[in-house]
This record gives sequence, C-alpha cells and structure tokens, in this order.
Amino acid sequence: MTDHDKSDTLIPDEGLAPASTALPTADVMEELATPPRSQWRDVWDQFKTHKGAMVGAILFIIIVAGVYLGPYLWSIDPTQIDIRSRNQGPSWAHPFGTDQLGRDILARMMSGGQTSVSVGITAMLLALFLGSFIGVLAGFFRRLDGPLMRLTDLFLALPLLPLLLVMMLLFREPLSAAFGLERGIFILIVCAIGITSWMPTARIVRGDVLAIKEREFVLAARSIGTSNSQIITRHILPNVLSPIMVSATLGIATAIITESALSFLGLGFPPDFPTWGRLLFDGVDYLQQYPERVFWPGLAISLTVLSVNYLGDGLRDALDPRIRGR
Amino acid sequence: MLNFTIRRLVLAVPTLLFISLVIFLLLELAPGDPMAQVPLTVPPEVKEKMREALGLGQPMHIRFWKWIVQFFWIEPQVLVDSVFGTTFSEGDLRVISWQTRSPVMDIVVQRIPQTLWVVGTAYVVAILIALPIGIYSAYRQYSWFDQMGTFVSMVGFSVPPFFSGVLVIVIFSVQLGWFPSIYDTTLVVNSWDSFVVQLKQMIMPVMVLALQITAQLSRFMRASMLDNLNQDYVRTARAKGLSEYTVVMVHVLRNSMIPVVTVIALGIPSIFGGAIITEQVFKVNGIGQLLIGAIQANDLPMVQTLTFIFAVLIVLFNLIADVLYGILDPRIRYD
Repeated sequence: MTDHDKSDTLIPDEGLAPASTALPTADVMEELATPPRSQWRDVWDQFKTHKGAMVGAILFIIIVAGVYLGPYLWSIDPTQIDIRSRNQGPSWAHPFGTDQLGRDILARMMSGGQTSVSVGITAMLLALFLGSFIGVLAGFFRRLDGPLMRLTDLFLALPLLPLLLVMMLLFREPLSAAFGLERGIFILIVCAIGITSWMPTARIVRGDVLAIKEREFVLAARSIGTSNSQIITRHILPNVLSPIMVSATLGIATAIITESALSFLGLGFPPDFPTWGRLLFDGVDYLQQYPERVFWPGLAISLTVLSVNYLGDGLRDALDPRIRGR
Repeated sequence: MLNFTIRRLVLAVPTLLFISLVIFLLLELAPGDPMAQVPLTVPPEVKEKMREALGLGQPMHIRFWKWIVQFFWIEPQVLVDSVFGTTFSEGDLRVISWQTRSPVMDIVVQRIPQTLWVVGTAYVVAILIALPIGIYSAYRQYSWFDQMGTFVSMVGFSVPPFFSGVLVIVIFSVQLGWFPSIYDTTLVVNSWDSFVVQLKQMIMPVMVLALQITAQLSRFMRASMLDNLNQDYVRTARAKGLSEYTVVMVHVLRNSMIPVVTVIALGIPSIFGGAIITEQVFKVNGIGQLLIGAIQANDLPMVQTLTFIFAVLIVLFNLIADVLYGILDPRIRYD
C-alpha cells in the first residue's frame, strides 16, 4: 500500500520534468512556477461556490457530531425511567421534555440519531459496494453485461417497500436469535436496504465504465500486459469515483428515510431501542397532547436528508468537469 | 412499433414469472405458522387436516404451480363471470385469504377504489401544479421564482410522508380543526353536504402525496425545458417572428413533454408503493393498509398476491413508458 502511495505522488513530478527542460517562453514559465493544482483542489474550489451545498455539508457535520459526541456532554441515560417526572415540558433539566415514562427526550434523540445515521451510512456502503461491483463487472466484461443488466432490471421491477416489509417480518426472529436482538435487527435492516437499493449505482457505473474502457490509456495499460484486475482497480475505478460519490450521498438519504419508514410502520427496531423513526412512531400516540414529540424526530430526519441532498447536489456540480471552472 | 410492443410484452412474461417465484420463495421461508392461533385442545390430526385445507400439505413446486394457475387462470375467469354473468369459474378453488377465509381478489377489489381515489387525485393535482412551475422556472432560470422552486422541491424530496402527514394533521386537524384526521371510507357521496365532507377528508392525504410528486416532476420538467430552450429550432421559431407565447408553449413545451410523459407513466406504480405510508398515516383503508394488515397477521396468500400486483403494475407501466416514448418521439422508434 505504501508503495502505491509513493508512486502516485511521484507521477506529477516526473511528468513535469521534460517540460521544464524545454526552455519555454516567459508566460509559460510563469504558469509552471505556480505549483500544479490537484484535481481535488479544483473540486473543493467549485464546491465552495455552491452555497446550498456548503450549508448542507456544515449542517450534516453538526448533526453527525451532535449525535455521536452529544452523549458525552449530555450524560443522561436514554433508557433511564423516571416515572415521577413523566410528560414534562421543556425545562433546564430536560430541554426537550420527557416522554410518558419519564425518559429524557434529548438523550433519546441522540441515541436514536446514532442508530439512524449509522444504519444510513452502513446501508449506503453496502449498496455502493454491490452497485459498483456489479456495474464494473457488467461494463468491463462484455459476456457478463447481458445477464447482469437483466438482473438489475429484474430488481428494479420488484416492489421494494412491500418486499422490505416482508423481509423484516420473515427474518426478524432468526437473526435476532443468532446475533442478539439489537445487532440482529441492525444487520437485517442494513442488508435489506443494501440489497434493495444498489441498482441505480450499478447502472450509472456501468455506463461510465463502458465509455472509459475504450479510452487510450486503458489500451496502453493493456498493451504493456496489465491484468484485468489491475486495470480495473488502478485505471477504471479512480475514473468512475465521481458518480460513485454522488450516489453515496444520495444513498445515505434514501437509507435513512427507508429505515425511518420501516420503524414508523412498526417493523423496524424494537420499542426500547430508539431510532428517529421509532420516536416519531411513538410520538403519534400522544399527537394531541404533545405534538412536539412528533416534531423533533421528524425535523431531525428531514434536516439530515435535506442537508445530504444539498451536499449531493453540490458534489455533482463540483465533480462534473464540464461545469467546473465556469 | 407494433413488433417492438409485442416483443416487450412477450419478454414481460418471464420477468413476471421470475418475480412471482422470488416472492413465493421469500414467503416460503416464513417462520410463522397459520395454525398458531388454533387452541391447543384441537387434536394434532385435526390440525393436520386444517393445514391441508389451507393447501399447506403439498410440496413447494406443486403449491407454486397451483398459485400460478389460480392467479393467472381462475381469477381472470372470475372477472369474466362477474362482468358477463357466465359460469366459467364455478367450483374452482380461488386464492383464499387466511385472515378472512374469503377470496383475496374480492377483498382487493373492495379496497382498490379508495386507493385509486386518493392516489389518483393526488397524482392529477401534482401534475397540474408541477408542469407550470417547471415551465416557468426554466423560462426564468436563476430568478427568485426558480430558486424558490428549487428549495421547495428539495424540501419535498427530503420530508418523508410520515412526517409531513403527521405535521399537517397537527396543524389542520388538531390546532385549526378544519379537516378530520381520519379518512372515513364508509361515507356515501349523494348530496352536496356529503361531497363537501368527502372533499375535506381528501385534502390532507392528497396534499401530502402531491407535495412529493410535485417535487420530482417540477424538477424534471425544468431540466427538460432547459435542454430544449437553447436549441436551434427555438432560435428559428423566434427569428421567423412567432410570438414568445407560441415559441415557449407550443414549440418548446411539446418537445420537452416527451421525457416528462414517460416519467409520469413510470411514476404511477411507485405511487402505489409510496401510498402505503400515507394510507397508514391517514387511516385510508386502501390496498396499502391491506398489505400492512396482512403482513402483521401473517396472511401469506394475501401478502403474496398484493406484492405481485405491485410488481405487475411496475412491469406494465415500464412497458407503457417505453411504448409511449417511441410513439411520441419518432427518432426513438426501436425497429
């Protein structure tokens, strides 16, 4: 791995060497005097100009930090029952109030957010891995293209939400028996969402791989005897990174919404294990008396998804070389 | 074109068979036992007979075959019988729900009108709102209207229906008391007053569903208009002195509608899927709620049939979208 890193950093220098020996004119000299800008620097500069994306990125970081670091500052146990102080409104001791069992809602929001965000990120990673894997295979190997794309079409034709519900119903018991209640359901939800949401990524990646496969640098790599697996990992994958990154951000958004929808329908995590969707579901019973109990988790879900969507929007613009630098 | 349509129709058959097999196999793994509710005093051999009466005694492939025959051969006959008063299906075994012991399709037929009313109205409303918004924000790109439209559709994407639904219930039925929070399906519309009640109870679910659809459609309409507005034929139309209205609303709009129409067709089945949550929030007893109820009650024939109906809708509307694309755009005829 360290060898790879070294060779990667060396390449621009080697590329510059012959150009500087050719004694160029003054303005070319000037151009060369400024250090070469990396691609990611350009991406970052373009990204900064997209206001919505910057706000989205900052908001997302704040939410994730609040959810993971917040419990260190706010050390009330989210499962601690204090029946005497139940159904309280906002106060200094409980900024968001307490629920029908006297549990602190702020602490529950943080702990629920941890589950929701980690389900979102893990499910996105799984979907991304499956999607890129199938997309690259279908794009690169002509023989696999037909069958794999038929498979993708079949998956796209499946009614996903009903199937997710059925999967939750069927595999809940065996998996929680095998891995324990919480971890079993976590694995189940992540796998269910991952298996049902890889198709758009696979299609986009396949399209890009098909175009890149015909370029000269791939031909050059092949002509010096590079094996298929090395062509894919060193030449194809870095070039399809931008669509993969964009679908990653959008994947987090859909995964969080799907998880909350499952919890909302009562088929997600068990009641004593809060997620934002579950908190919203529990709050609906007290809708008339305490509407804020529905409001906070719903706002958290919506804000997270909104920030991630803006982030993805900005990332798409920043990674598109046709838009960049305009 | 006809050739292409027929080829696609033929190709849809194995797709649907495969999907039905996937659904069937998934449900085969169900740990739930339909006999779990039967009292323990019932002797085991009676239980075994009840099991067989539900069709559970036979091996898997035979049951799959039976289900296929029931769904594709007997149910259409029942439909023909009820329309023309014939007796093709007399004495044939239909797909029976384990919950109610009545044919699944009868219940589905009872539930479909509610779903169609709410979802269909929402879809029409959304199209009527989304298209003008998309057209105007493309025509005035980067204006404040366009920026607002972008923000509102981003919000529409991001706020899930189980939150927007609950939010409008809090605002309009708890705080303001304008609309009922529960959809009453027993209401018979036969007078002006009952029509007003029906309208009132439909406003909130339609609003929630329409917000989501509008968000997607208006974005799509805008992108499609922007693609066309800079084309050469638009300059030609302006150059020969056509009014701005004619240029935009006739020349550009017609061409921009081609992809939008197919997207509208593609969206219809996903609306049925998305309506599951909205139906649950507003207690509309349509097919979405039927599915949730069947899943919770472990009613496998019902779940299987409903999931398969959703799959049929998706495949069908994919086909319709493809054919529409070819009809509307002569450049993309497939043969």
